[in-house]
Amino acid sequence: MSDLNTAMTAKYRNNFLKEVEANVEEGEWVKMCMQCGVCSGSCPLGKHWEHPPQEIFMMIRAGKRDDVLKSDSMWMCTSCYNCIVRCPRELPITHIMHGLANYAKRMGLAPKSQPTNQFSQLFWDNMMKKGRVNELKLGLSLYFKDGFGDGVKNAMANQQLGMNMMKAKRMAPMEIIGGHSLKDVSGFQKMIKKAHEIEDQNIQDFS
Amino acid sequence: MADDKKFAGFICTGCGIGDRLDGGRLETTAKRDGKMQEVKSSEMLCNAEGVKMIQDEIDGGATHVMIAACSRRAKVEAFNFPTVAMTRANLREGVIWVRPDTDEHRETTQEMADDYIRMACAEARSMKAPSPSGEQELNKHILVVGGGVTGMSAALESAAAGYPVTLVEKTGALGGHLAQLYKKSPGKAAPRGLPNALDAEFPGLEDTGVEGLIQQVEENANITVHLNSTLTKTQGAPGRFKAEIATESGSTTEAEFGAIVQASGFTPYDANQLPEFGYGKSPDVVTNLELEKLAKEAAGGPIKRPSDGKEVKSVAFVQCAGQRSEKKGHLPYCSGFCCTTSIKQAIYFKEQNADCDTTVLYTDLRTPGAAGEDFYRAGQQKMVTFSKGEVSEVAADGGLKVKFKDLILDEDTEMDADLVVLATGQVANTGPDPYAQLAFEEAEEGSEEKETLRKALEVAPPSILNLEYRQGTDLPLLKHGFADSHFICFPYETRRTGIYAAGPVRRPMDIQQARDDAAGAAMKAIQAAENAGKGRAAHPRSGDLSFPTFRSEGCTQCKRCTVECPFGAINEDEKGYPVYNESRCRRCGTCMGACPVRVISFENYSVETVGQQIKNVDIPDEFDEKPRILVLACENDAYPALDQAAMSGVEINPWARVIPVRCLGSVNLSWITDSLNNGFDGIVLMGCQKGDDYQCHFVRGSAIAHERMSKVGDTLESLNLEPERVAVYEVAITDLERAPKLINDMAETIDKVGMSPFKF
Repeated sequence: MSDLNTAMTAKYRNNFLKEVEANVEEGEWVKMCMQCGVCSGSCPLGKHWEHPPQEIFMMIRAGKRDDVLKSDSMWMCTSCYNCIVRCPRELPITHIMHGLANYAKRMGLAPKSQPTNQFSQLFWDNMMKKGRVNELKLGLSLYFKDGFGDGVKNAMANQQLGMNMMKAKRMAPMEIIGGHSLKDVSGFQKMIKKAHEIEDQNIQDFS
Repeated sequence: MADDKKFAGFICTGCGIGDRLDGGRLETTAKRDGKMQEVKSSEMLCNAEGVKMIQDEIDGGATHVMIAACSRRAKVEAFNFPTVAMTRANLREGVIWVRPDTDEHRETTQEMADDYIRMACAEARSMKAPSPSGEQELNKHILVVGGGVTGMSAALESAAAGYPVTLVEKTGALGGHLAQLYKKSPGKAAPRGLPNALDAEFPGLEDTGVEGLIQQVEENANITVHLNSTLTKTQGAPGRFKAEIATESGSTTEAEFGAIVQASGFTPYDANQLPEFGYGKSPDVVTNLELEKLAKEAAGGPIKRPSDGKEVKSVAFVQCAGQRSEKKGHLPYCSGFCCTTSIKQAIYFKEQNADCDTTVLYTDLRTPGAAGEDFYRAGQQKMVTFSKGEVSEVAADGGLKVKFKDLILDEDTEMDADLVVLATGQVANTGPDPYAQLAFEEAEEGSEEKETLRKALEVAPPSILNLEYRQGTDLPLLKHGFADSHFICFPYETRRTGIYAAGPVRRPMDIQQARDDAAGAAMKAIQAAENAGKGRAAHPRSGDLSFPTFRSEGCTQCKRCTVECPFGAINEDEKGYPVYNESRCRRCGTCMGACPVRVISFENYSVETVGQQIKNVDIPDEFDEKPRILVLACENDAYPALDQAAMSGVEINPWARVIPVRCLGSVNLSWITDSLNNGFDGIVLMGCQKGDDYQCHFVRGSAIAHERMSKVGDTLESLNLEPERVAVYEVAITDLERAPKLINDMAETIDKVGMSPFKF
């Protein structure tokens, strides 16, 4: 990934806005922002963001590539769509935030310890194994992501919840061994790998 | 003379008046106290039958008619009898609607109504039906001063309406600033319902169309153009302006005009006052107008920077350069056109080379007009970068470095640019301040004031109109050197009747606004010429036939009327007597209020018509505990506010007697002293808002009244009365709650200070 990052940095030099426009999902809308700040004011989590959306857009125009892509701000988006609904210029802000997070991840710049980022990685890894999400294992991997001690603590704290879910047949304990799967897992994995290659190629080839 | 007069009174008992008041007693009052020879009542005076009853009486010889019904502002179409002197007693909004309908209040309510009838009858007895003086004739010729887009548009509009135009242009060519532009920004917004897509077709650059406009003017048989010419003398009044047009070579022509449109435009702000932005230090720092020249030279090719002719690859626009700033030498206002202009100019670069970096550094982006927002989007679509940043410096050693504070990211930063464009503003092309000229003339020879004024006038711009008016050579100014006109209520009116300001001379504006302005001012000029021909007043008393006259044998040549007239309507003859120019007069009566010897009057409005109303209010004995409050309310704002308040059922105390006045400026101090001497306990004066953001229809009337009334304390002192018995207020038409409250407050004040000792 970092090779790609180096390549992109070289390609767009100081024009980060063009890079975003070409490579980030819905990134071509960023130039239409008129800096009114309604998105930042509407975001329910806005005060917890390091840079609210309006500021992110301004930073993109100001060419602050690292500051934007290494930021944890767009990872804070909960997809409530308040900003999209209210934007007077009708920018798809939520989608741009996800697009930016995705792009940052591909460039290898996404903040490693950001919980949403971490969870997304766990989810992806889990799904890549069998082509299906194994909820039990996903839950456990989330509990134990910060080490064994924390994992046991988390598990004990949620013991009763787990029991109830099992009683209600909401959680299958046998999933711990193997678990359900696609018919052709290796075919699925090959497919995803190819898709990835095409995407990377597209980014590099894009004008 | 008295034999020719026949007085008739009419009383309406409709709208509940008859239920609340004793109609018989009203008739008796009108007959006995009001001295009406004939008094008739009707259950609905404003219907066809009632109107016919009045008309029959007029046909039968009635010369003075008193109508006691609703407010004088209601049913004006029904009660329209232009051939007679007419007064209205306001029994509906003035009496029954402001008083509660209970037995205990019946007596005071009836007294109120009787008083209003006495007042209206007295007013009728002391006035004459106004008639035109015959001083004027119709002159349809319009003079347009200025050959820019505003002047040309005004000329075309007037000519199209069938009014011949003479256009005077100081330079050797028509077109003004418009002719210097490469392209203009769009005038029309994107069509409705245009989807918000990234490839949406927003309005873009347009041709200026200046050649077409010039051609239209030149080909129009109704328009005569004088190039290289100025006005060296303008005298007269609407309908009979006489102007001397002089060419550079010295030859002069004289012509007569009905009205004048002044479209003298603007001068670009002098960017030499902006060394901090590198202007003058580097040839690559240019103003927005200078960039137009570069774009014109490039003619669609790459725009080259002036220093070395290199193609511009990056350009920064500095918005509000020398504007919206309190710094010395800067313009404190927003010129309103420059944001759109910068967008337009950024598009010049983008259309030629999409890779050219164009950055607009703004603090507030303002794009007025229908197309403004869409044009802004068009710029963004083309990747013009808009950064909210405040530029502190343009360093010009080596390449250009623009230092600015990013206001979104809250940090100091800088950018390099090949070319920097300063978005500078408009300075109005007005003449010297006429009131400075007047003050200079009045100041004592050798005084310090005279010297200061002399110095100020020496550096003042040259006169544009060269008016031969008592109050100076040019249009009065309001703020920042722009011609005085009311931004919202009467934009084209100036304080010189029949002379209308259009375009950036009255406020900064763009091309589209200037064209709209030109149309508006041309229509006003046509109206003024037509009105003058009929001897009728212009705005705001449009159609009024009365005009001021004075008794020369009583005049002391004190010149107060000639100095105080807000419209400079009154000249002086060689002996110092006032010379009224009827069609320059707006009929506010400020001269009448000014006159210490009370010799100025209108046929239907005079010191006498109001004075008689005051004298005919019945003043009860001191021990009756029934005070009387005189309310003089401006007919434009305060009086309608009281009417509206009455409609909403706001109560007014039964002691108030409201007399509408044309303007608070017309209030003569003798009314105040007379009413106090007659036993009135309190006086409330209601005018309009004064000052820079005035609402006064006569611009200075309210301010002058406030000034005069500030000295009323001496009068009260000489009568040994409490100063709080006279209160002067600024009232807006929206003050429905406040206006009645001010009157009720006075009743409370009287409760506190006690009844006036002057009751007989």
